Amino acid sequence: MENYYIFKIILVVALFVVSLVVAMYSTFAERKISALMQDRLGPNRAGPFGLLQPLADGIKMFMKEEIIPNVSNKTLFILGPCLAMTTALMAGVLIPWGGKIELWGETFNLQVADLNIGVLYIFGVTSLGVYGIMIGGWASNNKYSLMGAIRASAQMISYEIAMGLAIIALIMSTGTMSLGEIAAQQDAGLANIVYQPLGFLIFLICAFAELNRAPFDMPESESELIGGYHTEYSSMKLGLFLFAEYINMFISSAVIVTFYFGGYNFPFQNEINEALGLSTNMATALGTIVMFGKIFFFIFFFMWIRWTLPRFRYDQLMRLGWKSLIPLAILNILITGVVMWMNGKLN
Amino acid sequence: MQPLTNRSKAVLQKEMTFAEKLYLPAIINGMIITFKHMFKKAATIQYPEQKREFSPIYRGHHVLKRDDEGAERCTACGLCAVSCPAEAITMQAAERKEGEEKLYREEKYAATYEINMLRCIFCGLCEDACPKEAIFLTDRLVPTEFERNDFVFGKDKLVEKVDDRVDVTKRQTQNVIDFKQNKKYSHNK
Ligand code: SF4
Ligand code: SF4
Repeated sequence: MENYYIFKIILVVALFVVSLVVAMYSTFAERKISALMQDRLGPNRAGPFGLLQPLADGIKMFMKEEIIPNVSNKTLFILGPCLAMTTALMAGVLIPWGGKIELWGETFNLQVADLNIGVLYIFGVTSLGVYGIMIGGWASNNKYSLMGAIRASAQMISYEIAMGLAIIALIMSTGTMSLGEIAAQQDAGLANIVYQPLGFLIFLICAFAELNRAPFDMPESESELIGGYHTEYSSMKLGLFLFAEYINMFISSAVIVTFYFGGYNFPFQNEINEALGLSTNMATALGTIVMFGKIFFFIFFFMWIRWTLPRFRYDQLMRLGWKSLIPLAILNILITGVVMWMNGKLN
Repeated sequence: MQPLTNRSKAVLQKEMTFAEKLYLPAIINGMIITFKHMFKKAATIQYPEQKREFSPIYRGHHVLKRDDEGAERCTACGLCAVSCPAEAITMQAAERKEGEEKLYREEKYAATYEINMLRCIFCGLCEDACPKEAIFLTDRLVPTEFERNDFVFGKDKLVEKVDDRVDVTKRQTQNVIDFKQNKKYSHNK
């Protein structure tokens, strides 16, 4: 039993560190990728290939003057970025990062907590993230921040529905709400994307909206809202907001991979592992590496979209959410139900 | 109305087809374009190591020329200051003493001569106005400073060194010299 707790603590700390490092280098990757797509070079002065740039950015953020506006609500103003950061880090515990691992003669799952209502928990925590934005935007006592906060919450509410409906279809076809099991089910068979292509598309679009990333970055649109909810923020509080966005991106990539792309599984894994003669731990490590490969692809995909598409107009965003995605998601549930009924899976 | 170029397009607001309404084909097209750009050569010039090629008549940092014997050409006539649209130039004239012929070509010279580089718009009118071929703009860049006052360049930074002449032959073409020496123009009289 002690071993169990020690393992979980190690895993939590490792997860924390990995999330931060990935988020740190996502900022670097974002700048680099945007530069390449615009025929520029991007940051290349700090360290070899500019690899130390995130550190330099971090130091810059810490050194900046800390400004709290007089007219703001101080407690809430400070609470905003803390909340955004905390909720961003919370969702990672549910992701199955790999298969089984043998340690001290016991077998553990490479997952901090496998709740049987994991999907619900992920939803709850990610929607809490909008509170950070809302509270921060409202407490700043600034018109632009308030506008940003209102947009963020409206956008979040509308897209949460479509996202939830897309997931319902997934839960119907997998028959479980635990992320561990969803990943394990895609073990030998096909990944869920094959059964739920429409659901995946809806989920992906909603993920963009939930992350407040372009083309749905309404809450912080620089050109019209001067930064939106973080207009009044400076120094590390601004840093936390920006950082939370990148952690969220990492976690949602992980969620997408787990839900639709087989998580740590990869095609012909049993055959490959046998052919290479890998032990359980090595096979798990390979799976984790594959999973991170998929995650990095999705992080790249998020950035790719951001530097390709212009921002939606606010009313277009709402129209897309309510008039296209929600009906489509309901249709998807119906189709899933009919297909399952024809295959005799309903009882 | 006659179109100015043949590139103008009539704007029409037609109903979008179903494929266009889906947006997805358009999005994928856009993504292909951005992805292709990732492998194109960057247009960046990495400044301190690489330098952009300058036009031979680039208008940068000013130089106050000396003549072949090393005497300063400027006679503090003030025409450059008068012609300067940004009012960047100030100077104080002084009379040449006995024995200073080696230093100053004319009997009157500029004791101080200052150009405020923050005011200067690098138009080159001072160069046009000068009857003595004393001031030229060169293809050197004005160095950056941290204090505003440091941008007021005095004679120490403007006058060329005797042993380190600044080459302005590209700017001082025969046309220019003819123009400067043509007595028809009032400022050469
Ligand atoms: S370049 Fe133009 S603005 Fe600059 S000092 Fe000469 S006349 Fe004045
Ligand atoms: S116009 Fe020429 S000679 Fe006259 S003050 Fe200016 S630089 Fe000197």
